[in-house]
Amino acid sequence: MRELSLNVLDVAQNSISAGASLIEIEILRDTAEHKLFIGIYDNGCGMTEEQTRQVMDPFFTTRTTRKVGMGIPLFKLAAEQTGGSLEIESEVGKGTRVKTVFNTDSIDFTPLGDINSTIITLITMNTDRDFIYTFGIDNKKFILSTSELKSILGGVPLSEPEVAAWIKDYIEEQTENICGGVIIENT
Amino acid sequence: MKTLEELMAIRDKAKANMTDRDGNGDSIRIVVGMATCGIAAGARPVLNAFVEEVAKRNLKNVTVAQTGCIGMCQYEPIVEVFEPGKEKVTYVKMNAEKVPKVVADHIVNGNPVFDYTVGAIVKD
Repeated sequence: MRELSLNVLDVAQNSISAGASLIEIEILRDTAEHKLFIGIYDNGCGMTEEQTRQVMDPFFTTRTTRKVGMGIPLFKLAAEQTGGSLEIESEVGKGTRVKTVFNTDSIDFTPLGDINSTIITLITMNTDRDFIYTFGIDNKKFILSTSELKSILGGVPLSEPEVAAWIKDYIEEQTENICGGVIIENT
Repeated sequence: MKTLEELMAIRDKAKANMTDRDGNGDSIRIVVGMATCGIAAGARPVLNAFVEEVAKRNLKNVTVAQTGCIGMCQYEPIVEVFEPGKEKVTYVKMNAEKVPKVVADHIVNGNPVFDYTVGAIVKD
């Protein structure tokens, strides 16, 4: 994957396949420590301990039984090549939490890329699910909750072009506010 | 600054227009493969380009949707177009630049862009 934001899209698709009604995506940057934390948390069907181990191994998964295929191994590799890590906590019937840490000062750090595009794609293509998106740098962050937007929209779908355009502009604006108008290197 | 008031205004306008769209059974479906293979090959900008192009042209009878792995990972990004009463058309190795032509020629005017289809690519 050329951007970590594509891994986020990929892993979040697993949450959707797992029947999650709520998917939380958290992107937190610690500039002093040169860390990037990416979390994808869902309330989907979850996995057994054995399945959780299997999804880490790209060669073990088989097409008929696979839950995630290459997605998790690629994301794990992207984290580990920076000296970071990927962990999965999962419980059948409760959901799955994928947590990653990246060292942003590593030469092998993949840029986060167009995370806004990932979030917009997820929100507008899966209007039957709820998303909570958190983006933070150091002590500043913003949170977008689709259930709040839905309560305002009262039946008008999030996929409605004008609504989607509003969400896109809103996320861009909020992200810019947090970055203080400065593009942070490598993200 | 984007405000919630703006969102409410969009809602009111959309609600007023929504009745136009109801009862439109003959819709064309554009389906983009969004599994790991598709995403890695560049499906996200393709999907977004279709959504934008359909919105820009205000096409009411078209839905853009996503699906999993279609099974020909080497030809991703793959897009399938389903038109009622017609055979499915499969576009392969798509990119955002090809999207406006597919929408103009195929979706609007009913002439599939053969050069981008699986039939044209696999023969080579």
